[in-house]
Amino acid sequence: MKATVKFFAALREMIGARELTLEVTDGQTVVGLFRELCARYPRLADYDSVLFYSVNAEYVSPDYALKDGDEVAFIPPVSGGSGAD
Amino acid sequence: MLIEITAEPLAPEPFLQHVRRDDSGAVALFLGVVRNESLGRRVLCLEYDAYPEMAERKLREVAEEAVARWPISEVAIAHRTGRLEIGETSLLVAVSSPHRHDAFAACHHIVNRIKEIVPIWKKEVWEDGEAWIEGEPVGEK
Repeated sequence: MKATVKFFAALREMIGARELTLEVTDGQTVVGLFRELCARYPRLADYDSVLFYSVNAEYVSPDYALKDGDEVAFIPPVSGGSGAD
Repeated sequence: MLIEITAEPLAPEPFLQHVRRDDSGAVALFLGVVRNESLGRRVLCLEYDAYPEMAERKLREVAEEAVARWPISEVAIAHRTGRLEIGETSLLVAVSSPHRHDAFAACHHIVNRIKEIVPIWKKEVWEDGEAWIEGEPVGEK
């Protein structure tokens, strides 16, 4: 099965793409998919402890089991709004 | 409720008009504005990246939280994306309420929550480099 993975901000620059379509094995979790990508893009691993995961534009826990066609995003700590307080 | 993620400049007036009500004696307006320095470094400009579909959904959730907690009449939230120059508005929050205390409190809450859960990121561009700014990861989204 396939999943679309979206990258933003620093992660987008690391990967060099806004989106990838990846083949995922049945029962793969969203954190498992992230760790697979870390093997291909080692700098991603810096984000292991701070990342949040979303599937289909909603936050999910790291052990969410992916389904065919899911849209995954790896969400670094957000920094919208105005400047630092 | 008016929620917008946009690459276009933000002008307050349409948002203020959206939240005005005859029964609301207070309108609180917050503008987040691009500042020319950050932690002692001169900032040249900012670049905002967003996950637009999810950011709109999360902004709506933040607005709904405020509506559930304070007696407010109407909310409008807008966030810019792309490259912003010094002095430009990155975030706009407008809240109307019968009384000022609730309008201020709800507006303050909305601004704080946006910095916690809404998938938008900023990159600071300095004279001698640039970096994506990452907030504090919070426990529960």
